[in-house]
Amino acid sequence: MNQYEAVFILTPVLSEAQMKEAVKDYEKFIKADGGKVVSKEDWGLRKLAYPIQKKSNGFYNLFEFQANPSLIAELELKFKRDERVIRFLTVKMDKFHITYAETRRTRLKNPKPAKA
Amino acid sequence: MAGKKDGEIRYLNPPTVEVKRDKYCRFLKYGIKFIDYKDPDYLLAFINEQGKLLPRRLTGTSLKYQRKVAQAVKRARHIALIPYVADQMK
Repeated sequence: MNQYEAVFILTPVLSEAQMKEAVKDYEKFIKADGGKVVSKEDWGLRKLAYPIQKKSNGFYNLFEFQANPSLIAELELKFKRDERVIRFLTVKMDKFHITYAETRRTRLKNPKPAKA
Repeated sequence: MAGKKDGEIRYLNPPTVEVKRDKYCRFLKYGIKFIDYKDPDYLLAFINEQGKLLPRRLTGTSLKYQRKVAQAVKRARHIALIPYVADQMK
């Protein structure tokens, strides 16, 4: 079971409910195959640095999950076929990446008191 | 100008001698082991105004971390956090 990180962008045309449903859909897909979603992050509607499919902003979502390698090919196929997702990137996490992700999560949860 | 010794060049204003600051690799110095492709502000330090990757001789990073920076920038570009080409982006 390796640890992976997947960032994907949903088209801004989606309503809030559809966006949540898409995220839940992928989460179920990972769980179905015995994977475990370590953390889920929703960056919300963000401006894209360049237009993708004639759209200039999109809903960013980040998944950090553990899965066996065979699942990744299917997951990417699912991303490719789903027309709600306009861009995705899955990355295998090495040990430095994992430690970094943990510190980043704790930092996000309780941000350091801003230096006075 | 017979008195001018050959090869003696006089400048209008004194040539500014670049103070030789030795560059260091910030990743080695501060022990950063992973460059996150998800926060674009950090990566902005490694690309120029047009969005191109800065060479090692300017940033001073070691080869190992320059490759990690390059990979992180390319991933950030793929998920549209950093533009591929930009004008006066900074």
